[in-house]
Amino acid sequence: MVEFTLPANSKITEGKTFKATGGGNIKSFRVYRWDPDSGETPRIDTFEVDLDKCGPMVLDALIKIKNEIDPTLTFRRSCREGVCGSCSFNIDGTNTLACTKAIDEIKGDVKVYPLPHMPVIKDLVPDLNVPYAQYRSIEPWLQADTQAPTTERLQSPEERDKLDGLWECILCFCCQTSCPSYWWNGDRYLGPAVLLQAYRWIADSRDEATGKRLDDLDDPYRLFRCHTIMNCTNTCPKGLNPGRAIAEIKKALVQRR
Amino acid sequence: MEFRSQLGRVRGLGASHEGAHHFWVQRVTGVALVPLLLWFVFAATSMVGADLETFKTWVGTHYNPVLLILLILAMFHHAQLGLQVIIEDYVHSEAIKITSLILTKFAVVLIGVCAIFAVIRMTFGS
Repeated sequence: MVEFTLPANSKITEGKTFKATGGGNIKSFRVYRWDPDSGETPRIDTFEVDLDKCGPMVLDALIKIKNEIDPTLTFRRSCREGVCGSCSFNIDGTNTLACTKAIDEIKGDVKVYPLPHMPVIKDLVPDLNVPYAQYRSIEPWLQADTQAPTTERLQSPEERDKLDGLWECILCFCCQTSCPSYWWNGDRYLGPAVLLQAYRWIADSRDEATGKRLDDLDDPYRLFRCHTIMNCTNTCPKGLNPGRAIAEIKKALVQRR
Repeated sequence: MEFRSQLGRVRGLGASHEGAHHFWVQRVTGVALVPLLLWFVFAATSMVGADLETFKTWVGTHYNPVLLILLILAMFHHAQLGLQVIIEDYVHSEAIKITSLILTKFAVVLIGVCAIFAVIRMTFGS
């Protein structure tokens, strides 16, 4: 059954508070901490950051905390401009990218948690091996039997337009981990991020494996666990619409019946 | 201890190739229920306060028994499909899942057949 209670040893306790020295424009960052080697349950640490000496985004503050306050704080980050998809966390109650989320958009304390319902490796780093394997399972590459031309495979502007809103996905898994259906059935349901990627190849005029791709998705769990809850579309930090992509897959499956 | 790869686990037993049928039938029965329920609610509310004989007579009149049986078929089929989704969503023990899927199916068919039988009986007398 669905687990409505937390598993053993996952009750979150109040952690340390790191007071800011001196005045300035102080903002509190409440950050989820868990160290697998400590044997302790997770805790919420509070870091006070002087915003006058910090960049504008939540990621700037996290990097400042790691550099100047607590170097043990562990999180993923890379490009710091919303194209790599590494720094996705649950910030202020919503999954989003720390590098594109402005601190001044958040009223009160800034709460930073790992992506929901994924096993935590340490602090803000979730184990994403299952969604990565699910992405691999939809074979996200061009498949065509027609002999490859000596130049590019041509596509009309209209055909190319169909990929807009799909190719921009950076696989940050904000949508994937915001979906209650994925929380309850993530072992079998492919989830919004992976299904958006699947549709990206179904919609590609150069791909010749559309039927096989649809065959592999026609399953009560892989695709039809989507109940159009639309958390995916609400949370996408790139403004994409995985809910629509999933609906298009369902329409294609009905169309070919 | 399991050494199976994540990809192997995710691929599992493969796609069942039958999700689209369930999805489509749920939509079709849903669409059918819109006019049928509107008709039934309108008819039923117009009989508020009437006695049992009036209702029995109404059931057997004109096209009413046909529409009632259609309503029962669409409604119980739709209900079964919906219950199946809820059980698949939330019940994760295979044994309890299969048992509850079968039991809800039986229950829905039983109640549906009883309802149809009642309409027939009210139409043709006991």
